Amino acid sequence: MAFNYEKYLRIEKMPTLWCWGCGDGVILKATIRAIEKCGWDMDKVCVVSGIGCSGRFSSYIDCNTVHTTHGRTVAYATGIKMARPDAHVIVVAGDGDGLAIGGNHTIHGCRRNIDLNFILINNFIYGLTNSQISPTTPQGMWCVSAKRGNIDPTFDACRLADGAGATFVARETILDPKKLEKILVKGFQHKGFSFFDILSNCHINLGRKNKMQSAVENLDWIDKITLPLKKWEALPEEEKINVFPTGVLKQVEQPEYCELYDMVIEAAQGKRGKITQDDFEKKI
Amino acid sequence: MAREVIATGNELASRAAVDAGARFYGGYPITPSSEVMHEASDLLPKVGGKFVQMEDEIGGISVALGASMAGVKAYTATSGPGISLKSEQIGLAFIAEIPLVIINVMRGGPSTGLPTRVSQADIFQARHPSHGDFASITLCAGSLTECYTQTVRAFNLAEKYMTPVFMLLDETIGHMHGKAILPDIEEVEASIINRARFDGDPKDYRPYDVPMNKPAVLNPMFEGYRYHITGLHHGPTGFPTEDAEQCEFNIERLVGKINTVAKENDGLDDLPDYEEVLMDDAEVCIIAYGSIALGAYEAVQKLRAEGIKAGLFRPIMLWPSPEKKIKEIGERFGNKIMVTELNMGQYSTEIERIIKRDDFSRLLKANGRPIAPADMVAKVKEMM
Repeated sequence: MAFNYEKYLRIEKMPTLWCWGCGDGVILKATIRAIEKCGWDMDKVCVVSGIGCSGRFSSYIDCNTVHTTHGRTVAYATGIKMARPDAHVIVVAGDGDGLAIGGNHTIHGCRRNIDLNFILINNFIYGLTNSQISPTTPQGMWCVSAKRGNIDPTFDACRLADGAGATFVARETILDPKKLEKILVKGFQHKGFSFFDILSNCHINLGRKNKMQSAVENLDWIDKITLPLKKWEALPEEEKINVFPTGVLKQVEQPEYCELYDMVIEAAQGKRGKITQDDFEKKI
Repeated sequence: MAREVIATGNELASRAAVDAGARFYGGYPITPSSEVMHEASDLLPKVGGKFVQMEDEIGGISVALGASMAGVKAYTATSGPGISLKSEQIGLAFIAEIPLVIINVMRGGPSTGLPTRVSQADIFQARHPSHGDFASITLCAGSLTECYTQTVRAFNLAEKYMTPVFMLLDETIGHMHGKAILPDIEEVEASIINRARFDGDPKDYRPYDVPMNKPAVLNPMFEGYRYHITGLHHGPTGFPTEDAEQCEFNIERLVGKINTVAKENDGLDDLPDYEEVLMDDAEVCIIAYGSIALGAYEAVQKLRAEGIKAGLFRPIMLWPSPEKKIKEIGERFGNKIMVTELNMGQYSTEIERIIKRDDFSRLLKANGRPIAPADMVAKVKEMM
């Protein structure tokens, strides 16, 4: 049976405001298809976005949607999730939104392991505002705010998420939408903070200025810098540095934040004793 | 039956929040407001509410706004530097019409300023916390009891007008520890206002399609009424627009639903916006608010004991200001008005704007110390 896009999209908002050939549309499609696979009731889904091209993401999905300020998506989403732990909350942010201005909230969202699904649309650039360097812009690329070439070191978002405590960390590209959909389903079904680093193209504001005129050329470059985790692991150490592993990079079970907070409620209401180190695996 | 409690102003503000129906607190520690947070972390889980200490001030207000969007009454507390950090989100709360109570326990500024000392220098910050046009509802507690009663009121105003509301305490009131007479809990519960909601067919739901000077009708999330919340200018269903007519209507409505309504109705609710002490036969009027008004009560008594008929006008709702009453005071007392406050003359400027004269006296201090009643007495004597 054909996929019923009208059930998930605000068709009247189409076409999207994104440029021709932009990867955001592929991620949008994979997201709603993953939602369907999970069987979520759209009345119980909330999509929170921030500022940038990805900021418009929320407005296209027919559910409870919030377009917040720059960088604060995870904080708003944390409030929504804590208020309604039964809801499914998806956060969408760009590399500038989620890693630069909002880096702090991303770190602490991961650390709390609150059950949010964080989709980082990583196109290596500030696209909406015309090509300023982002934390993921490769060194040596040309941007309007790095006219002699970018010297700022590049961020590995997945290593950040892992280090900060996210319990599901995955990287995928928009090159294979089916794979992307599958990985989203896995993360959506995971209880805890699910972090998706999704590599996407911005041929308009990264590509054109860095010898990747078209979406295809930009995507060829993404293809070249990524490798499935198993193949990546087999690479010699010195080659690993220039390639990002894709796939599920981490999945572990840890207590989820809203569930932990239930312990606080139970303790406050006298239904259990005080919370002590014995309640946790890690004792320092 | 009234309740007698012994507590600090900060604790009372949090107790009031929970009694007013708040079930969520998000914040970040900052002196001298942290006890509001400490109390919240204790009280909220007892009633099934949630508390979270966030990674920074911006996260503190954002998480609270998220909870409020989901339909839960929420609050945050901070001090001046925290408001500076939160200001962008306060703007979002204003344009997207998300109710929130923001408690600011004022300390000396600017910047890190005087973290542990008293100040009332965030009055203007409360009026215009964010970029762009803004209409502020700001209440200021003048006693321990008011830390409680005015916080309850702040929640009711936030829900009624669908907007962020400032509850100002100052360091002295916030850290004051003593007896407070609180209204009976049944009385508080009977006064609670909850945001309006739309109960019709979800297909007909247009949250921002409301007449001039009326607040939006935002249903809680996850109950079948899907809509879009954004900090961009938006049309009737919440989706972004740049339509000139719509944007003009939006900003006039947002400002008007507070400022115009307050002007037309002489206030935003039925509760007093100010207190008058011995004003009937007064020949000189002291204007003071917050903890400084406590000293002003004493100054009025002392002046009267010396044969000077002094009265006190104490505004409780600072923004929008009780203009009609202030105009009356300006006409009645001429230059026999003394405004005293812990800043370089912020509220004095508002008095000047309303009475259109600057021939009255000011007794100002911005060094982190309170103003003694004896100084007020001396100043008034100079004027007579």
